[in-house]
Amino acid sequence: MAKGRYGIHGGQYIPESLMDEVLKLEEAYEFYKKDEDFNRELNALLAEYAGRPSLLYYAEKMTKDLGGAKIYFKREDLNHTGSHKINNVLGQALLAKKMGKTRIIAETGAGQHGVATATAAALLGLECEIFMGEEDTIRQALNVYRMELLGAKVNAVKTGTRTLKDAVNECMREWTMRMDDTLYVLGSVMGPHPFPMIVRDFQSVISREARAQILEKEGKLPDVVMACVGGGSNAMGMFYEFIKDESVKLIGCEAAGLGADTDKTAATVTTGSIGVFHGMKSYFCQDEYGQIAPVYSISAGLDYPGVGPEHANLHDIGRAQYVPVTDDEAVEAFEYIARTEGIIAAIESSHAVAHLMKIAPKMEKDQIIICCLSGRGDKDVAAIARYRGVDLHE
Amino acid sequence: MSKISEAFSNKKAFVGFLTAGDPSLEKTEEFILKMQEAGASVIEIGVPFSDPIAETPVVQEANVRALSAEGGCTTDMIFDMLARVKDKVSVPVVLMTYLNPVFKYGYEAFMKKCDETGVAGIIIPDMPYDERDEILPMADKYGVDIISLVAPASKSRIRMIAGEAKGYIYVLPSLDAADGRKDVVTDISDIVAQIRKVTDTPVVLEIGVDYPEAEYETIADGFVVENAIVNLIAKHGNDAAQPIYDYVKKTVESL
Repeated sequence: MAKGRYGIHGGQYIPESLMDEVLKLEEAYEFYKKDEDFNRELNALLAEYAGRPSLLYYAEKMTKDLGGAKIYFKREDLNHTGSHKINNVLGQALLAKKMGKTRIIAETGAGQHGVATATAAALLGLECEIFMGEEDTIRQALNVYRMELLGAKVNAVKTGTRTLKDAVNECMREWTMRMDDTLYVLGSVMGPHPFPMIVRDFQSVISREARAQILEKEGKLPDVVMACVGGGSNAMGMFYEFIKDESVKLIGCEAAGLGADTDKTAATVTTGSIGVFHGMKSYFCQDEYGQIAPVYSISAGLDYPGVGPEHANLHDIGRAQYVPVTDDEAVEAFEYIARTEGIIAAIESSHAVAHLMKIAPKMEKDQIIICCLSGRGDKDVAAIARYRGVDLHE
Repeated sequence: MSKISEAFSNKKAFVGFLTAGDPSLEKTEEFILKMQEAGASVIEIGVPFSDPIAETPVVQEANVRALSAEGGCTTDMIFDMLARVKDKVSVPVVLMTYLNPVFKYGYEAFMKKCDETGVAGIIIPDMPYDERDEILPMADKYGVDIISLVAPASKSRIRMIAGEAKGYIYVLPSLDAADGRKDVVTDISDIVAQIRKVTDTPVVLEIGVDYPEAEYETIADGFVVENAIVNLIAKHGNDAAQPIYDYVKKTVESL
C-alpha cells in the first residue's frame, strides 16, 4: 500500500500521468519543510504579509447571551485576503517557486482559495490560473473580479454540476496537461498524498497559535474546539495541535443544505459512504453504484461531496465528531454574530457558529469553546440578502 | 497466455473503444457486435462515471449522455448487457472504469461478475500501479487482467509497471495530445523500447493523435482509438452501427 494513509483513508489514486509529478512534489516538500531558509521566508510572509498571528478573541457578549461556556473565536477572517486560505497558499506558492515552477493553478469554490492563490501569485511573481465552477462564478461574481484584479485568469468550469468538485476535476486535467512549469496549489486537506499532509501542515499554524494563546489567557486547555468542514482545511488546521490533548473535544460542522435527510445536502460524513475519488479514499456523497452525487449548500465553500482523509479517520476512530448544520441555521448564525459581536463572518464559518449556539448554553460557565472563524463574510452579503428576499441594487 | 494476449498473436490488433449506454445499452450491444464483425481484436467498454477526470472532452460527453439516458446506465445494467452478448462475442472484452464504481460494487463482487460475463480485462485510469495491491488478488482470483497504463511522464516508472503487466500495456499519449494539441513532443518509441526490455506483453498505442504514424505502425502491437468511435456515436446516435462498421473495417484493413 502506498504512503499517505490515515487509517484506511488517503492514498494516491491518480492517473499514471500525474504520478511522477506528485512524487516529485512529495520529495520537494520533505526537503523544504526542514529547510531553514524556506521556513524563515514562509514565517516572514505569514507575519509581515498575512498578518499572523491571528487574534484569539473572547466573545464576551455572545458568552453572556448564550449563558454557558466561555466563547473564543480564532480570527482567521482577519488574515490578509480574509480567510485561513492564505496560510496554505503562501506555503505552497513558495514551495512552487523553490521547485522552479513559474505558474500555479488552483480550484476554488467560494472564491476564497482562488483569491488567496491569485494574491500569492501576484506577490511572488508567478503566473496564475483559477478554475471555478460556472455556478460559483455567478454566486461569487465579486471574487471573480477580485482574482482578475490580482492578475489571475479565471476559467469558468462548465462540466458536471459546475461547482467545486468539477473545478477540482478540471484543475487535475489541466495539471496533467502542463506539469513542467506548473504546480497545482490544492486548497484543502484533500486529493492525493502529499496534498492532505502539506495543506494540514501549513494550516496547523492555526491550532499552534490558538493552543498557546488559550493557555496564556486561561491557563488551561479548551473543552471544545470546533470549525466548519467542507474539504476540511480550516478544521484540520484548528484541530491538529489539539488531537493529542484527549480532554479537548473536536467538532467539525458540515453543510447540511436543506437538511441531512434531504438530497439537497453536502453533509459528507453524516450521509456519505466510503469511496475513492479525487485521489483519495475517504467519505463521499455518492449513489449505490459509486456515482458521485450532486451536493448542495448555500455555502459555495462547503459545497463539496467529499471530506479530507484525515477527517475521515478522526471520525472512524471517534476522535472528532462531525455534525450537520442546515442553510437556515447557518444564515441565522451569520446574522446573530453580526448583531451580537459586530463580526460579519463567512457563511462557511457561520455553520460552526450555528452549532456553537446549540452547545454553548448546555455547557458550564467555566468551560471553554474555541471556534474557528475561517473567513470574513463580505463576499456573502449579497447572497444572504437574496436568501432573505431583500432586493439589493448593487 | 491470457485471452487478451492471444488476440495480439500474429497481427496488429485493433482495440475499439466506446462508452456503455451511449446512447442506450441496447445500442451498445449492437455496436459491440458490429465492431467485432468489422474485425476489431479487442473491445474496450467504458463504464460511465460522473467525474471522468482522465477523459478527453469527447468521452466526457459520452459519459454524460450515458448517465442521463432514459433508465440510466448502472454497473448492473452493463453486466446484464454483457451477459446477453457473451455467447456472441469471441474477442476479449475489457472494461474501462474509474475505481470508485468498482470499490462501491465490492472488488470481489465486481471481479466475479467480470468472470461470469466474459470480461477479460479491466482498465482503471485513476488506480496507479502503486495502489493496485488492494484489488490485484481479486482480479487474479477471477482471471481478470488489470491492464497497465504507461504515460509519457512515467519515466523511471516504466520498467516497474511493464515488468508485471498482463493483457496489454496501454501507452497513453499526454492528455493534450489526445485533445489534438500539436505542440506536444512525446518520445513514444523510447517508451516502447523501454517496455520491450522487460516484457513481451503487447503494447497498444492510441491513434487519432499526432504521433508520426509511419513510425508507430512498426513499434506497436496494437492500436486503440479513444475518440473516433465515440464521435461517430455522438454524430449518428441510434444509427451509428453502419458508420462504426465502416470505420473499424477501414482502420483494421489499413493496419
